[in-house]
Amino acid sequence: MSVLTIDNLSLALPKLADRAHAVQGLSLSIDAGETLCVVGESGSGKSMTAHAVIGLLPNAVKPAGGSIKLAGRELIGLTEGEMRKLRGRDVGMIFQEQMTSLNPVMRISDQILETFESHRMFDAQQRMRRTFELLEEVGLPDPKHIARAFPHELSGGQRQRVMIAVALALEPKLLIADEPTTALDVTTQAQILKLVDELRHKHGTAVLFITHDFGVVAEIADDVAVLQNGLCVESGRAQEVLQNPTHDYTKRLLAAVPSLTPPPPKDLSGEPDALIVRNLQKTYGGRGFFSGGSRKVVAAKDVAFTIKRGETLGLVGESGSGKSTVGRCILRLTEPDDGYIKVGDTEFHGVPPRQLRPLRKRIQMVFQDPYASLNPRRTAGRIIAEGPEAQGVPRADAEKRARELLELVGLGASSAERYPHEFSGGQRQRIGIARALALDPDVLVADEPVSALDVSVQAQILDLIQDLQKRLGLAILFVTHDLRVAAQVCDRIAVMQRGEIVELEPTAKLFENPKHPYTRSLLAAVPGAHAKMAAA
Amino acid sequence: MKAFFKRFARNKGAVVGLIILAIILAAAILAPVLYPTSPWRMVTRPFLPPMSPGGFWLGTDALGRDVASGIMHGARVSLIIGLVSTLTALAIGIPIGALAGYFGGLIDDALMRFTEFFQTIPAFALAIVIVAILQPSLYSIVLAIAIVSWPPVARLVRGEVLSLRTREYVQASIVIGQSTSRIILTQVLPNTIAPITVMASIMVASAILLESALSFLGLGDPNMMTWGYMIGAGRTRLIEAWWISFFPGVAIFLTVLALNLVGEGLNDALNPRLSREGG
Repeated sequence: MSVLTIDNLSLALPKLADRAHAVQGLSLSIDAGETLCVVGESGSGKSMTAHAVIGLLPNAVKPAGGSIKLAGRELIGLTEGEMRKLRGRDVGMIFQEQMTSLNPVMRISDQILETFESHRMFDAQQRMRRTFELLEEVGLPDPKHIARAFPHELSGGQRQRVMIAVALALEPKLLIADEPTTALDVTTQAQILKLVDELRHKHGTAVLFITHDFGVVAEIADDVAVLQNGLCVESGRAQEVLQNPTHDYTKRLLAAVPSLTPPPPKDLSGEPDALIVRNLQKTYGGRGFFSGGSRKVVAAKDVAFTIKRGETLGLVGESGSGKSTVGRCILRLTEPDDGYIKVGDTEFHGVPPRQLRPLRKRIQMVFQDPYASLNPRRTAGRIIAEGPEAQGVPRADAEKRARELLELVGLGASSAERYPHEFSGGQRQRIGIARALALDPDVLVADEPVSALDVSVQAQILDLIQDLQKRLGLAILFVTHDLRVAAQVCDRIAVMQRGEIVELEPTAKLFENPKHPYTRSLLAAVPGAHAKMAAA
Repeated sequence: MKAFFKRFARNKGAVVGLIILAIILAAAILAPVLYPTSPWRMVTRPFLPPMSPGGFWLGTDALGRDVASGIMHGARVSLIIGLVSTLTALAIGIPIGALAGYFGGLIDDALMRFTEFFQTIPAFALAIVIVAILQPSLYSIVLAIAIVSWPPVARLVRGEVLSLRTREYVQASIVIGQSTSRIILTQVLPNTIAPITVMASIMVASAILLESALSFLGLGDPNMMTWGYMIGAGRTRLIEAWWISFFPGVAIFLTVLALNLVGEGLNDALNPRLSREGG
């Protein structure tokens, strides 16, 4: 018998929303011990589905029909009190943000004990014993020690394990996981996915797994449902859907997942060096009055590489590896402690700030977050024109150039008058690219330029960057955590770990024959690396 | 702009506040028309109670001056002092906060210690001392109020700028080579307007209170009729002639309440994400 049955569910959005229903006519079911992945891009209604099951819909969203049955019991129409009894005991949930889902001022043990207390289960001793058992079960080392810790003392992966322990504390029939690994590094993600997979087999828990990542689907799903704009366009056994998708949208999504097989290498022989970096050093911390140099973080240690004109060098690594810092040091957004940076034939290091300003046009940056990288109070045209104006180009010429650039990045000159909030995430990223190109740079530093975008938009932006590189002969330093993306766009890849480049090889060679153990563990952790996918 | 008014109007209190404020403003503007003679002039018998025949519907004070006339003329002084001293306080606080927040480090430390120096002196005592030294006049009162009320502005702006300067669009303007002054003026400060506006509306209210308190103590501009002076002048006869102090008190109460309500409405309208859910 299926644990969760959703039948013809519709969720109504408030009147002013861009569509009437968050989810319309959705039907799906999960059996005990099975994992159903709900996949979709942002705004597809996948998170709303999860929140409807656990009764945590935002006030403005109301169920408009259909039924949600948990082990035969209808959930729609339950009072808040009845729903509260159900949460934790029958349905557990883990969230994306492991930092904000735990109470920062409570010890880990108290947060797990709380679950038992609120459902009045066990006596004090049993509760404590069960807490240790749980911490051990989710694979945390030294449960006694962890139980006494506060959330900020744990790593992201450890916090997510604690969240899983809390969610599974009362052995619920259903576990809802809303993008639980999106904020984690790949190697940690692989461990968490494995943990969820083991636990559901062991306890026979049904898992409703919300994700945007087909790699994750390939790793853990038994069944899959693909959502587009609130409609379920395709559902079935995971293998079937991944290998023989029938709906166009599924096919498009699968095709947009970057392949791990790199394209044939470009011929770059004879191209001049556009960026030379030698001996780059940067250490954070150890400067504070009280800390007395106790907490030092090495963000860059003896970093050295060269990028040719027209070449893309990938800088990959996990969070905290220093890859972003290296990018920022080269731009001198962050002052490096030491190092030699040469852009084209201009030495970039050691130039005093005032004299640096006119040189800055040689090297530009594309930022990660398309929502934070554009000033909300300026039109797209102004944002792009500001660069040339700062470099002394007359205003009229700069604005004319801005219009040309908007055409170049595929937005149309008329969008110059619009404000950032009128654009989608992908369109905003195009504006960010246009801004960087407005100064005709030789080198472009792209810091995770597509990691905040949906997979189909991601593919378009990557195409755009590569197309522009071909046309303008840009040298690109591409900072990313995503090895799939790196495989597709980079000519060579540098793998960073704790501030050091541990391996730097042409892309194809790195993927075929990784030498450093860290590179190997990164490659092994890419979700869906060994699965067969239709277009991949 | 339309959405802004819609969100503002959703807060009923704010609309009421705006209406009260409009009435007070109208009183201030119309005072010379409705009461062309000086509010200091003795027009009839002293201690006439409210609703007395002859048009003295708020009564007269101990010297036979019309209370209604005093309140309407007092509105001009209160509003002018409230507005000008707030603008002066912003003119001191915003640059200090912006420089401290943007540059950080030693500059931040120095400016914030300077700010704390002012914050540690009791505001009202400092205001009295400044006015007493400079001689009571419109200018010295405005200056005194501005000097005691800029530190919170500097702290607010510093906090906002601290978070804004790490935004990617500010980083982007460094990368394209914009000058620092231009980045602060065109990229950072325009995005602090919302919280500053909200704070300023509340500051006008507290400036009016401060001015009233100074006038009450006899430190007001001797040539200007103000609400605080009227309350102070009537306080000795509070039992037998309550209206002399009562009506100016009501005027202060309503003005300050209205400004606070408007401030809250502005907050809802300018920070839609922070305003209450569902509404």
